[in-house]
Amino acid sequence: MTNSWTDIGNADVVWIMGGNAAEAHPCGFKWVTEAKHNRGAKLMVVDPRFTRSAAVADHYAPIRPGTDIAFLSGVVNYLLSNDKIHKEYVRHYTNAAYLVKEEYGFSDGLFSGYNEEKRNYDRSSWEYQMGADGYAVRDMTLEDPRCVFQLMKKHFTPYTPEMVSRISGTPQDKFLKVCEWVASTANGERAMTIMYALGWTQHSHGAQNIRTAAMIQLLCGNIGVPGGGVNALRGHSNVQGITDVGTLTAAIPGYLALPIDSEPTLESHLAKRTFKPLQANQTSYWQNYRKFYVSFLKSYFGAKATPENQFGYDWLPKLDVAYDCLRMFETMYQGKTNGLICQGFNPLMAIAHKNKSVAGLSKLKFLVSIDPIETDTARFWENHGEFNDVDPAKIQTEVFMLPVTTFAEEDGSLTNSSRCIMWKERAADPYFESKTDSQILADLFVRIRKLYEKDGGKGVEPLLAIDWSYKDPLEPTPDELLKELNGKALVDLKDAEGKVVRAAGQQLASFGEMRDDGSTDGSMWIYTGVYGPGGNLSQRRDNSDPSGLGVYGNWGFSWPANRRVQYNRASADPEGKPWSERKKYMFWNGQRWSGPDVPDYVPTIPPERATGPFIMNPEGVSRLWVRGMMTDGPFPVHYEPFESPVANPLFPKIKGNPAARVFKGDMEVFGDAKDFPIVATTYRLVEHFHYWTKGVHMNAVMQPEFFVEISEQLAKEKGIKHGGWVKVWSHRGSVKGKAVVTKRIKPVKVDGKTVHYIGCPLNFGFIGEAKKASPINSLTPPVGDANAQTPEYKAFLVDIEPISGPVA
Amino acid sequence: MFPPIPNPTAQSATPKFGEKDLIRRSASTVTPPQQRQTEVAKLIDVSKCIGCKACQTACLEWNELSEAVGVNVGVYDNPHDLTPNTWTLMRYTEYENPRSGNLEWLIRKDGCMHCEDPGCLKACPAPGAIVQYSNGIVDFVHENCIGCGYCVKGCPFNIPRISQVDHKAYKCTLCSDRVAVGQGPACQKACPTQAIVFGSKDDMKQWADKRIADLKSRGFDKAGLYDPPGVGGTHVMYVLHHADEPHLYAGLPDTPRISPVVEAWKGVGKYAGMAVIALTAAAGVVHHILQGANRVSETDEENADRLAGGKS
Repeated sequence: MTNSWTDIGNADVVWIMGGNAAEAHPCGFKWVTEAKHNRGAKLMVVDPRFTRSAAVADHYAPIRPGTDIAFLSGVVNYLLSNDKIHKEYVRHYTNAAYLVKEEYGFSDGLFSGYNEEKRNYDRSSWEYQMGADGYAVRDMTLEDPRCVFQLMKKHFTPYTPEMVSRISGTPQDKFLKVCEWVASTANGERAMTIMYALGWTQHSHGAQNIRTAAMIQLLCGNIGVPGGGVNALRGHSNVQGITDVGTLTAAIPGYLALPIDSEPTLESHLAKRTFKPLQANQTSYWQNYRKFYVSFLKSYFGAKATPENQFGYDWLPKLDVAYDCLRMFETMYQGKTNGLICQGFNPLMAIAHKNKSVAGLSKLKFLVSIDPIETDTARFWENHGEFNDVDPAKIQTEVFMLPVTTFAEEDGSLTNSSRCIMWKERAADPYFESKTDSQILADLFVRIRKLYEKDGGKGVEPLLAIDWSYKDPLEPTPDELLKELNGKALVDLKDAEGKVVRAAGQQLASFGEMRDDGSTDGSMWIYTGVYGPGGNLSQRRDNSDPSGLGVYGNWGFSWPANRRVQYNRASADPEGKPWSERKKYMFWNGQRWSGPDVPDYVPTIPPERATGPFIMNPEGVSRLWVRGMMTDGPFPVHYEPFESPVANPLFPKIKGNPAARVFKGDMEVFGDAKDFPIVATTYRLVEHFHYWTKGVHMNAVMQPEFFVEISEQLAKEKGIKHGGWVKVWSHRGSVKGKAVVTKRIKPVKVDGKTVHYIGCPLNFGFIGEAKKASPINSLTPPVGDANAQTPEYKAFLVDIEPISGPVA
Repeated sequence: MFPPIPNPTAQSATPKFGEKDLIRRSASTVTPPQQRQTEVAKLIDVSKCIGCKACQTACLEWNELSEAVGVNVGVYDNPHDLTPNTWTLMRYTEYENPRSGNLEWLIRKDGCMHCEDPGCLKACPAPGAIVQYSNGIVDFVHENCIGCGYCVKGCPFNIPRISQVDHKAYKCTLCSDRVAVGQGPACQKACPTQAIVFGSKDDMKQWADKRIADLKSRGFDKAGLYDPPGVGGTHVMYVLHHADEPHLYAGLPDTPRISPVVEAWKGVGKYAGMAVIALTAAAGVVHHILQGANRVSETDEENADRLAGGKS
């Protein structure tokens, strides 16, 4: 989240799209009901289904699954062509004024630099024009035809209300009402928050969905203000935490990059990332990347990390490609991976194309499941009739199940969607012989290292170099681990005058204290401050809100630097005055930046210096046009899902996202509309938590059985009875379930053609208390987002027919 | 936000109401207390409800009830009806509003309404099986229940359910055990959006007024409070967007009242019945006086002996 859960209470318009907060985040949803009740805020929901969120919304607009970019681009076009934008914000706080290279272009749905064979772009033309002074060239009048603003106007022109309706199936009046409500906030007086979740990420163009939303918020001036923001609702109590600490496949903790093959030295890695300012007086905070990276290496390798050995950089693995989940299963499928450790992970349920997953798991030598429950994955080899039709005799994979404690049986911290790190204490003893994750991992590490010490082997050096100096090597405590993430001074740190500002051994108070000479450590710079000299701030439980704006500054610790609303310098105008009294937040008081939050800015830089509020960007401003930062284009484009009921109405020749990765052989597993005329989408139900609670009696009572949601029209066409059995199949597999025939889904008119879609909840499998079902990912296609490789679960093709019940 | 009820301390608390606060007791007469306790109420704001079923699970957990895993019959309602274990149930109705042309998903938490004039209690023939406290809570006392099912017939909302295991009637208690120690009902505590709030009936009406004003500002002209006078008002009330058409919400009665049969049974019928019983008793006495007692003769004893196989 750019903002926080409690900040949603400050919104005047709440827009839920690409998510269903009432269903998936019922507790956080209270802030939506608060905004409605206290401020008269309006709630609008755009979703293929009339959801539980829609049930309490003021406006609902339907949309065909997978066409969010067309819809959102239509909103962008509406704002631009009707001049409903927050002009001063756009001029000063975005890159609207920046001139783009002449070589950059867009035609027939493709940007300049496309390589059809490799399915990727040479992004060198996606850059600014540079001036003789070394800074990017701007036209503050926004009139130069090469400026981002003018290019943008042109780029979004095709997305008229008619075109949006033609692509997305949304009736024009319903679409225009959304536009009007969005535009009502483009003035600095009112604010809109956007809440999204996996309904936006799980597409082959997922990252661009979110980007388009960000553009809308920037045009309205809704970033950095209370009640604004683009807010990702995380699907686990701690999924923010796990992304932070670097379980992303190409990252180390704190969103720093893992080195790649072409970066043999630390310097070659850093050179690409310590961005120099693109404009005078800009902060360009990534200039500090080096300090964070070296501190990370010091944490990792301790005394063995020295300036002479590049602080152990050589010991880090160098990526050839990103090893995301889809690729993990692809390499398993190819027989190139022989062992898999699943820690709190049920990939048989979670990964696309279940039959491929089973085939991959069957080729492993061993599978380790570190989990509090017996997962469907741990029992992938077991025959469950038609729900998991395998022959155990043919599967040689050895499966180890290591029982682990649940969250309530261990101390530690959780990081919620608001980026707030909160400590919790263990509430119950570990069940039977289960151990905590850190005990299990430490035990594994220590044993493996011993084996390597004794026998040697490939990759032994990094293993031996790792600093494992915990009090008990077999049980690093959560307290020690959080301290380590925070970092400390390794020698006395002195300021320019030679005064000691941080004594050796002391915890660091902020990442501003980190140094690049090896004199500090800290394995995750963004958390620095959570466990500073003042102790463990994640334990704070002060629920006072002095400003009344939902800023609970002494509750836990919100990274970075305990900041609750990111980019909050943008809540004031270029002179440092609030845009409006109504939206007053952070402002220049003559001496410094003040307000209820921690300024996202150097607190003493005066407005006259014109330092931009987006300090992480070398421009100092936000990006409407994203340069070469995304693999599939500097502007979003409507691309159909890989499995689509129609050809792309804008660019008929292009199938799917042209820059999305498709593995060899997987192009053939896509189905086409001739054989699979119906669109399907997947989602959670509030009664269950992912695949865990199907094993919990109470949850199984509340939602006992897999079902498929079908419109009355489709049911009639296919002769499907309410509550009767149906079979749904794609080019990859089939599932059976009960038919929930509902008015909450309606067929849409797309490009003149009636398109039906159905909804499939994802919570059911073949292990647990709920009725057995085939995992929904028996149906889904193994293609991911071009940037993040998140699989396309939200829009794919199937067919459906009524059947008599399955034979148990 | 409605001010939350503070959490309890670890100290044990003396219940705030009990036997002495009864204003009604089934098939019995009670002397009502001099002073009535503040009337309580649970307010269910249908327009804030997201249908998450947290209330339904909280009810099962607090009351230590277990429901069977059912099947899907084409709807989100699970189980499909109230049961002896499911005392509260989310009911979902898809409604196409002819005036606005919009689809509405009306989600109502069903359960005992705790009527001021409780039909169940009136219909109940078992002394003390149903009681009403002066704060308005209507509670079942299972040790006195005979499982006759009259309460089901007497309830204008079709709420009580008879257990096939112990043949006793069950329904929501408004968490009388929690309310007695200053807490709100478990469902209210669990509700994430404050669609359920709990307090004095007066406070609930005032809060409802704010909610109704909000709904009217959003175009629901007929928004209003459901506190039906036909049963003397209720201690569970609803805020409805369409207060003029309660039946839209999964058949919530438009004008609930106690069945005339129950009224007759407990009114005229009761006295007529008592007269019949009195007459029968009188006839017995007359019969005894005229015919004397039945006595066992020696022949009777011999016959009995033979039937028992001469073992006695």
